[in-house]
Amino acid sequence: MSEQETRAISAVGLNKGLQRRWRLGEKLIESWIFLAGMLTIVVLLGIIALLFKEGLPAFWYTPPWEFFFGTSWYPVSEPPTFGIMPFFVATLWVTVVATAISVPVGVACAAYLAEIAPVKVRETVKPIIEILAGFPSIVMGFIGLILLSPLVQSALNLNTGLCGLSAGIMLSLMSLPIIISVSEDALRAVPDDFRHAAYALGSTKWETIWHVSIPGALSGITAAIMLGVGRAIGETMTVLMVAGGALAVPISPTEPMMPMTAAIASGIGNAVRGGLQYQALFAIGLILFVITLAVNLIADKVLERQKRKFAR
Amino acid sequence: MRVGSISKRQFSQRTAFSLLIIATIIVVIPVLVIVLQIIINGASAISWDFLTQAPSQAGKAGGILPAIIGTFYLMLGTIIFALPLGVMAGIYLTEYAKENWLTKSINLAIVNLAGVPSIVYGLFGLGVFVLLFHFGMSLLSASLTLACQALAMTVTTSREAILAVPREYREGSLAVGATRWQTIRHLVLPQAMPSIITGAVLAMSRAAGETAPILVVGAAFLLPGLPQSPFDQFMALPYHLYTVAAHVPGMPKNTIWGVALVLLIVVLSFNVLATIIRLRDRQRRFNA
Repeated sequence: MSEQETRAISAVGLNKGLQRRWRLGEKLIESWIFLAGMLTIVVLLGIIALLFKEGLPAFWYTPPWEFFFGTSWYPVSEPPTFGIMPFFVATLWVTVVATAISVPVGVACAAYLAEIAPVKVRETVKPIIEILAGFPSIVMGFIGLILLSPLVQSALNLNTGLCGLSAGIMLSLMSLPIIISVSEDALRAVPDDFRHAAYALGSTKWETIWHVSIPGALSGITAAIMLGVGRAIGETMTVLMVAGGALAVPISPTEPMMPMTAAIASGIGNAVRGGLQYQALFAIGLILFVITLAVNLIADKVLERQKRKFAR
Repeated sequence: MRVGSISKRQFSQRTAFSLLIIATIIVVIPVLVIVLQIIINGASAISWDFLTQAPSQAGKAGGILPAIIGTFYLMLGTIIFALPLGVMAGIYLTEYAKENWLTKSINLAIVNLAGVPSIVYGLFGLGVFVLLFHFGMSLLSASLTLACQALAMTVTTSREAILAVPREYREGSLAVGATRWQTIRHLVLPQAMPSIITGAVLAMSRAAGETAPILVVGAAFLLPGLPQSPFDQFMALPYHLYTVAAHVPGMPKNTIWGVALVLLIVVLSFNVLATIIRLRDRQRRFNA
């Protein structure tokens, strides 16, 4: 019998009066536990309530149509104008660049780790990916600023290396860990019987991966990609430092630009509390929240389907 | 299945495998380059003075001690709020919650909280802790904001850790007459503790590197002294790195690299600590 078991049992043998007092204490603790359980809902609802309270009034000054599709953001000119098209397109560009790199590379890496890699290689590569996942976004922003952007500038002969492309490349690195780990789990969840059946039919290992494992894990891989996209959309410091911060609607990813997250981060320090700019920034936060919420909800649903698929 | 000559199929297999290996190399190389660059360039800036002095001349001279201390305060402040609440929520979800709409909503809330962008947490902290609760731009506001962000993680890791405790333990304890709470307190929690601590250490490591939320709710670039109370402003490593890298002209390059190196050491050493706790726990279970 372990020490803990002895303690639990001796705790039971106390006299009645003490027991009654204990019961009361227990009820108290249990109600605290219930309240803590509710806390996650409270925080989420709190975020939603606050974003609506502070952000919605922005649409009374700027009608939603003009807010979404307006192309000029001049918060301090007289009268101020708030059009978030430049930020929205910038977010689109950096996300597209990040996804175009991280999805093929991430899924291929996951397939290698889950299906082919010898144990030793796996045991070496996995901790390296964990280190990548542990890099703070500010460090990635700094590396993008000081190492990557000069490279991009000279390689493409640009005026500045601080552009959507550089930011997208850094973001792709930051979405890789989640894409790899979720895809790898999905591939591992495909039962080995399927692979053995494919081998028995004369398939090579690659044919088995391509025609059996990957289709079997497809919904998990889809969820992985969505989580990666969500990460790229919500990332702030990297795009704030590397994307260039220009306020025009970017036509190509090689232009300096300001994604939505960066617009909030760079503007909120100067915004007067409760003022028009403050409200407009919260409205951007609201839009950002809705987008990432949708992405996460869909990813969660898809993942659930993947889990049910091979559950017996 | 297409039928081709054996050699052709082997050729396509070899090509595909090479591509997969190249993809893996593409993932690994940047990590090594970044770590090595930061170590090589940052090492020259690290000195006793750099680690123990306050900054002077807009951060160009002196050290970064207040930023290091501020970051540790912030990690502590975050975990003080996020860990107990996360563990209690984890206990509720595993031991008390029935399968109903409320439990479903909690789980849904956790999934969504984990995906909320960090800058939105910053806005939340600004609106609620700084302005509504009048905590001001302070260490307390920043800790509470980061705790809200860490909550999804501490709840999830606590829940998984508690779920991993075998059911027979609980049944044995309840069978000898222990109450539900006694069972949790004396059997389930001690068993789950190493995994819970692992999650908490990872959450602290993440809090140490967060920049966007504290940018909004109260980090300062230069302060004369350390924060004396939770209501004071504070310096923190990630925010210091942001300012010296992006906003101070004529900043000596190796100082910036030095700040990055110190931040990376703090963050990664907590990651390593989590790994050690996890491995030792696995070893213990294996021996038992």
